[in-house]
Amino acid sequence: MADKVIYAMYDDDDTTKDAAKHLVSKGVHVSEVYSPFPIHGIDPIIGVQPTRLGINAFLYGITGTMLAMVAIRYMMIEDWPMNIGGKPNFSFFYNMPSFVPILFEFTVLCAAHGMAFTYLLRNKTLPGMPARNPDPRTTDDRFVIELKLEDNHGFTAEQLTAWVKETEIVELEEKVIK
Amino acid sequence: MHKESDIRIPLILGDKSYRDITDDIIRPIESKAPRGWYILISLSGLFALWGVGCIVYLLGTGIGTWGLNKTVEWAWDITNFVWWVGIGHAGTLISAVLLLFRQKWRMAINRAAEAMTIFAVMMAGLFPLIHMGRLWVGYWVFPLPNQFGSMWVNFNSPLLWDVFAISTYFSVGLVFWYIGLIPDFATIRDRVTKPVAKKAYSILSFGWTGGAKAWNRFEIVSLVLAGLATPLVFSVHSIVSFDFATSVIPGWHTTIFPPYFVAGAVFSGFAMVQTLMLILRKAFKLEAYLHTKHVEYMNIVIITTGSIVGVAYITELFISWYSGVEYEAYAFLNRATGPYWWAYASMMTCNVVSPQLFWSKKLRTNLAFTFVMSIIVNIGMWFERFVIIVTSIHRDYLPSSWSYFHPTWVDIGVYVGTIGVFGVLYLLFARYFPVMPIAELKTILKSSGANYKQGYGHGAGYWDKHAHHDHDDHGSHEETPTSQIEDTSATTVVPPVVDTPETPTSEEEKPEDTSNNEEE
Repeated sequence: MADKVIYAMYDDDDTTKDAAKHLVSKGVHVSEVYSPFPIHGIDPIIGVQPTRLGINAFLYGITGTMLAMVAIRYMMIEDWPMNIGGKPNFSFFYNMPSFVPILFEFTVLCAAHGMAFTYLLRNKTLPGMPARNPDPRTTDDRFVIELKLEDNHGFTAEQLTAWVKETEIVELEEKVIK
Repeated sequence: MHKESDIRIPLILGDKSYRDITDDIIRPIESKAPRGWYILISLSGLFALWGVGCIVYLLGTGIGTWGLNKTVEWAWDITNFVWWVGIGHAGTLISAVLLLFRQKWRMAINRAAEAMTIFAVMMAGLFPLIHMGRLWVGYWVFPLPNQFGSMWVNFNSPLLWDVFAISTYFSVGLVFWYIGLIPDFATIRDRVTKPVAKKAYSILSFGWTGGAKAWNRFEIVSLVLAGLATPLVFSVHSIVSFDFATSVIPGWHTTIFPPYFVAGAVFSGFAMVQTLMLILRKAFKLEAYLHTKHVEYMNIVIITTGSIVGVAYITELFISWYSGVEYEAYAFLNRATGPYWWAYASMMTCNVVSPQLFWSKKLRTNLAFTFVMSIIVNIGMWFERFVIIVTSIHRDYLPSSWSYFHPTWVDIGVYVGTIGVFGVLYLLFARYFPVMPIAELKTILKSSGANYKQGYGHGAGYWDKHAHHDHDDHGSHEETPTSQIEDTSATTVVPPVVDTPETPTSEEEKPEDTSNNEEE
């Protein structure tokens, strides 16, 4: 179905934030804000939920520790419990200090890579992905607020544009997406 | 936004806007490479080829082409390995530890320092491979299921810990660096016009869009990766130090090694950042972003870590006397007065004495002096590793096994070669990658830009475009004292308190740069 999108462009992060606040106060749903750098404090205004990537990293990390413990225990203690330089290789616990460096490194390895990969997937940023920013200037010095008519059922396009024009806007664009 | 204390010196000089930051940092990528770049890369390329030749000769002929003997079984190979790993640590320190401490001055240096980390770790990673007698079975270090009844590796060995530490460090460092690069590649993608470059940067930028959700995740990922990279830095160099500290050799068997190696790594890494960044800022005209204050901050880190290293040296000496172990006492007597006294003396002079000169504000804010010092520190840190490794093993328990180590041309050639390869990689990075984080610098412009700190921001050309030189209409900054503005012309803004010889040059170049941008 055809959907109308309004792109309001700003040239400053603070005015973008003010504009978003103004629109939200009218009950408008801001679909997305494109900016060349993170605008601190915009997330609560437009209702971006805190990301759970930190929790992910923790889970990946403990998975790594467990994997390393299981593998080292199997290789050193169960499969070939050899005497290498008098090290107590008959017990995981007694030989534990020697295993700590690798347990630690493997934890970090899994946490970092697991989180990084999740981040790339979640953001839809992978090699060969198309860029979806509405204007090339949004990676330089412009800030764009995107309003989708689909997300704002109660309002007409004219109403939305009128409210957008009340803010310190630089450019205004309307697009029809099929 | 404008709550920063007045005592903070601006981190971005001149009258910069967001557009100016993009322009300044992308300029080296968009414009043709200067002749100096071609000269440097050809030189580095020659050294690199020479190094590759030495390595091929070494692998074809055998480890005996090195100057090692049955007593001194580790010398230049592991010295260079530890040296390169050490250099690689400042990059992660700058990007991770300084991020955790919210140090804004790291923005100017973190990208280049992380690149340095990646390339230095690559060079370091070469040595554990080529110092093996049988490189072709090198893959046996991995615990892979196999046909030998599944013969595993020994998890008790610090050399295996090294495998895990270095590969984790390299891959995590690479990911951390690349995640920061994605938004900047997107900026370049949206700017360049040549089709090949556009295609290349659009692949490199992974389709970055810069939405609010993406930035939210970006910041958390950066923070968590910084939180993971910080213990990683400490653990990796500690593990490298375990190669020595877990041995039974007098002079190696010391519990102070893990923190002391890490301090030394930060010390030498920062010195290398200074060497590279002082050239880079000049060549790419980035003096407005990396000015004397940044250099001074780095010098302060160098004094701090240099002093930690100094304390460690003295502690070692004290303990060797206090322990009452003759072997331990002799190891240190031998370092100071034995056949390698010159290496010990250079290490002490370069690492302990010379950084103390930075207590003088005049010296630590002098860029030429800093450049010379940064090289001295790197020489000193090379000697530190050499002294620790060689002087401890060339004379230990059995006097009948005492010997001396002479490097051969292959030892030297491989080392020189790694410097060449590093140079080639770094020069390629400087040419095709944004050398400073564009997006991150924009986040500090309003709090630490000279123009915003003076109370009337908006960037070069703003007042020209708007063609009025009285700022009364700009409501939010009414309290700006007009006398301050009248002193300066509309385009050139004199930053407030920076008392540096370097600042005037960047100010003189300023109007020129602005006109260039407008022509483009």
